[in-house]
Amino acid sequence: MEVRVEDLAIVRGGLRVLEGVSFRLPSARALVLRGPNGIGKTTLLRTLAGLQPADAGRVVPGPDAMAYASHADGIKATLSVEENLRFWARLHGTASITAALRDFNLETLAERPAGSLSAGQKRRLGLARMAVTGRAVWLFDEPTISLDADSVALFAAAVGRHLEVGGSAVIATHIDLGLAGADVLDLAPYKAAPPEHGHDFHEAFL
Amino acid sequence: MMALIARDLALSVRAGGGFGLALAFFLIVVTLTPFAVGPESATLSTIAAGILWLGALLACLLSLDRILALDYEDGALELLATAPIPLEGVAAAKALAHWITTGLPLTLAAPAFGVLLNLPAPGYVWLTLSLAIGTPALSVIGTFGAALTVGLKRGGLLLSLIVLPLYVPTLIFGAEVARRGAEGQGLAGLSTPFALLGGITLATIALLPFASAAAIRINLR
Amino acid sequence: MSLWEYANPRKFMALSGAVLPFAAAGTAIALVVGLAWGFFFTPEDYRQGSTVKIIYIHVPSAMVAINCWLMMLVASLVWLIRRHHVSALAAKAAAPIGATMTVIALATGAIWGQPMWGTWWAWDPRLTSFLVLFLFYLGYMALWAAVDNPDTAAELTSVLCIVGSVFAVLSRYALVFWNQGLHQGASLSLDKEENVADVFYWPLLIAIAGFVGLFVTLLLVRTRTEVRARRLQALMARERMG
Repeated sequence: MEVRVEDLAIVRGGLRVLEGVSFRLPSARALVLRGPNGIGKTTLLRTLAGLQPADAGRVVPGPDAMAYASHADGIKATLSVEENLRFWARLHGTASITAALRDFNLETLAERPAGSLSAGQKRRLGLARMAVTGRAVWLFDEPTISLDADSVALFAAAVGRHLEVGGSAVIATHIDLGLAGADVLDLAPYKAAPPEHGHDFHEAFL
Repeated sequence: MMALIARDLALSVRAGGGFGLALAFFLIVVTLTPFAVGPESATLSTIAAGILWLGALLACLLSLDRILALDYEDGALELLATAPIPLEGVAAAKALAHWITTGLPLTLAAPAFGVLLNLPAPGYVWLTLSLAIGTPALSVIGTFGAALTVGLKRGGLLLSLIVLPLYVPTLIFGAEVARRGAEGQGLAGLSTPFALLGGITLATIALLPFASAAAIRINLR
Repeated sequence: MSLWEYANPRKFMALSGAVLPFAAAGTAIALVVGLAWGFFFTPEDYRQGSTVKIIYIHVPSAMVAINCWLMMLVASLVWLIRRHHVSALAAKAAAPIGATMTVIALATGAIWGQPMWGTWWAWDPRLTSFLVLFLFYLGYMALWAAVDNPDTAAELTSVLCIVGSVFAVLSRYALVFWNQGLHQGASLSLDKEENVADVFYWPLLIAIAGFVGLFVTLLLVRTRTEVRARRLQALMARERMG
């Protein structure tokens, strides 16, 4: 499935941060988002995921094709690793979690309560959730935070497998994942200009 | 949705889930009441139905901020919003899970606490029935309040301030049923408040999840 | 030219600035005339004596207290449907006025009720509804104060206002059911037979006009303040973006 983003403008805290963002992401490709802190990478990913409305422009396909992994993984400390994952699988109507457990090397941890995991292990569990959503486009916000080198390789391999079966991924990250078939999009050129008079409704107050 | 309800139930009965806290709070309210109003059984039996309703309502209020706040803090609410079930369904499932872990135990415990407050014999059936029918409305309204305040750092007190006025009609009709029941009025005497209580519950179940979902969406932005 | 043009903050500021002196002057005249006429130039009631004169504050403030919530409901709907910022800010500005009017109505009611009914407070459905209305105002204002982002706050409070309105009406009927009260029926209605006597009627009407004018004047002043505060925020945000 091809992702098309056309002339997208996004808002954070009532002000435009990015505008005119356009890109095409064919299936089996990944897109790495780059840009300085505060440029709006997280906001762009949240907009793609349908968590906040775009100020202008359009995104095809809609949020139903997107799976989003933010900084927070939504892991419940008192549930086991397997229970955590199985919950998201049931919610998304996916039958099996064995592949996801295997891909992120969580099989030996399956019975452990998620609260007893290390930060890196939790992160792996959070990323494994993406594999059980059954969705075509994966959106990652700084996925490699608190992962060691082996786990980063594990993550890159999992994304690689997702691309092989025709999926795609948008990843905001500063490190090189060594992904085959990854394009880079620098967001700095899309930084929104400071608002002028009569520009949009926020400036009605200026 | 079943998955979400099952998960919320599992979370609430595990360590730190807070299951039973509401029940303990209810017991404490019932225990403290005679200390405040005196031990005369005549006094207690006239106010028993009202105190039991008020105690159940406050116990219910106590656990409201857990409905959504925990999921908000660890990011699960955001992920639920991107999941294939509509957010209205999430709000309804959360309210149902809250009722099963709070409203239902309170309803079942109320007759036992009625003994402590010397509730007149005909009141037991009506107290239990009115709580069974009224407490779902408390959970649904509470979920709406929780949805409004979910993004706030210290939303607990604000949540009470917003939710308590919304509880007024439910409390009036619910306590009225229990009170008239305790006075020995049969179905003929209390069918009006009983029907109105049921009407409020059904209407809130049907409509409020939409408002709750709208509030969650706004708060996630 | 459509009415909605005044939803533009700059147009609103220009218009409200021009209207404000006249609104304030009209309010002052109506209040002075209505209250002075009511207090000093009407006969004392044969049963209630001079206590009846508190009606000139009690009834107008109660009417404003209720209609203020209605105004907030309309403003909230306008904000949710047409997204006009002035509308949201007007709702925010109205709430404390409504809450104050509710307190005035409750306090004057208590002062009036003491000699009449022999008690400062009774759990009469109308009194109780006003108390509940006051709680609604408190919750609404607290939510505005608690949310940082002004647009989020506007949306959340609008949702609360709409849901709250339904529950406020429900509470009203629940309270009537709960306790049939002491209050008399409507004091003013189109049906002449049920009205208060003519001598009380005109000053009361003028006092009501004065209170409505007071509400409008205060609302304009407060909304202008809110618009300026938002303007300041927008300017500071632009500064940060540099």
